[in-house]
Amino acid sequence: MKEDIAEVAVGAPGAPAKEPLGLLSKVKGKNVLVTLITLAVVVVIIGNLRISGSIDWSVVRYYFTYNAILAGVARTAELTGISMFVGMVIGVILALMRMSKNAVLSGIAYLYTWFFRATPLLVQILFWYNIALFIPTVTIGIPFGTPFYSVSVNKIITPLFAALLALGLNEGAYYAEIARSGFMAVDKGQIEAAHALGMTGSQSFWKVILPQAMRIVLPPTGNQIISLLKGTSLVSVISMPELLYSAEEIYDSNFQTIPLLIVVSIWYIILTTVLSIIQYFVENYSNRSFAEAGSGSRFKGLFANIFGRFRAEEPAQ
Amino acid sequence: MISNETETLTSKQSTSEPLVVVKDVHKSFGDLRVLTGVSFDVRKGEVVCIIGPSGSGKSTLLRCINALERPDKGEIIVDGQTIGYKVEGERKIPLRGKELAHQRTMMGMVFQQFNLFAHMTVLRNITIAPEVVLGLDKKVAEEYARELLKRFGLEGKENAYPRQLSGGQQQRVAIARALAMRPKLMLFDEPTSALDPETVGEVLEVMKLLAKDGMTMIVVTHEIGFARDVADRIVFMDGGVIVEEGPPEQVIGAPKNERTQRFLAKLRK
Repeated sequence: MKEDIAEVAVGAPGAPAKEPLGLLSKVKGKNVLVTLITLAVVVVIIGNLRISGSIDWSVVRYYFTYNAILAGVARTAELTGISMFVGMVIGVILALMRMSKNAVLSGIAYLYTWFFRATPLLVQILFWYNIALFIPTVTIGIPFGTPFYSVSVNKIITPLFAALLALGLNEGAYYAEIARSGFMAVDKGQIEAAHALGMTGSQSFWKVILPQAMRIVLPPTGNQIISLLKGTSLVSVISMPELLYSAEEIYDSNFQTIPLLIVVSIWYIILTTVLSIIQYFVENYSNRSFAEAGSGSRFKGLFANIFGRFRAEEPAQ
Repeated sequence: MISNETETLTSKQSTSEPLVVVKDVHKSFGDLRVLTGVSFDVRKGEVVCIIGPSGSGKSTLLRCINALERPDKGEIIVDGQTIGYKVEGERKIPLRGKELAHQRTMMGMVFQQFNLFAHMTVLRNITIAPEVVLGLDKKVAEEYARELLKRFGLEGKENAYPRQLSGGQQQRVAIARALAMRPKLMLFDEPTSALDPETVGEVLEVMKLLAKDGMTMIVVTHEIGFARDVADRIVFMDGGVIVEEGPPEQVIGAPKNERTQRFLAKLRK
């Protein structure tokens, strides 16, 4: 009875908490229980892995620096880099189209984003890889006239090209929204000042708007690169020898599936961690003009970045 | 006293032709009529202060002169050029992009919120436009920038970022940035309204320095003291029109119009 009254008192808005200690210790008790259960589960899982001995760590060590795996890592990095670049260029162009007063331009940009976000990336990859079934030849020339040049699509669409096309075009749709938010966040006064100094639209875009928008979009851009890096594993379905497909080829012949998947996971973790560290330093550099004295330790920020607490301490602008 | 005024007035009139001509300018934003027929001239070397209550159209007028806004009706001529248009005989062709930008290089603009480029150092803020727009050599641009900073008491701030400066310092950099383009005319849009009271003085000092050097200036301001001391002429605006204009002794000292009297009385309270 006494407990009931205490709960009601605390639950009522504005009512003074008469017995906060009792309730607090209850919650604490629950927390301790949850923590203990979680730890127990983790210990059991790890213990099982060790006891069952299904993972041969020497195999993991051997394949970690295996040539085909290293080549796969390089290919994954290459795919990520190129398709991110393509995606950013497309995204910035789409964002500018979307913000233009021309209804046709903004409509096309809107449809692009809508379409690519509405279809799964895996489907898009398969679609581009098999595009030759749909458009067998590409011809260059005046519409309805004699073509100057004609080429079989099967020759152009290699697995690499299909992969880059799918990843880049899809990334463009997502990056368009990020770039748009960046452009819209640039203070109007900055643009007016640029115009008042006699800069043309393109001069103020390159010198004032873009650099300031880039600073704003750095954290979401870091997120996109990391998610794209992991997304490249999808192109293994079109036999593109990136990191995952390289591992698949090996375990298809030696059946060391789990050790090779662990090798792949470790490499992905290393790559994303490296990207997080790069992002931290790039952000630090680009924020130099916004830095305020004594804004916490360098490494606190670095760890926050790696573990995903993006910009928890950004100073109010 | 009165004869003295007339003398200074006539001397200005006789020695210089108008640099800025504003003819019957109208401007509306949607249903809101901000300017309803404003006309006035500014001669070379003259300092004109525009005063008036908020919403009287002062800032919009300034923005029309700098082509940041396009008037609905009327004409603005700066140094013989019709702002925002290319005049071919009877026809007026609206200017776009590059040509409009080129017209703006004739005048410097100082904003209430400074609007310094946040991602650039003080020095870069001042050199960017001369380099990019005028194609000036980097060394030449930097030399002039340092000279301006020295003149405005900002030596040693070259590599600071705007955020690290006080409001007064930022506004002085903004004035230097506008001057680096060597404009024929300087426009000030409430340059001290966003400042802490203790830094207002340093910005007004810099503006007095410019006035003394003979710069043509149009200043929208609430600083009646500055207007009285520095302006050659005061323009009082209310409700989108010029209500009264004349030398400071007349408009501030002995306003004829009842609206001017009421505005000034409110400021003195």
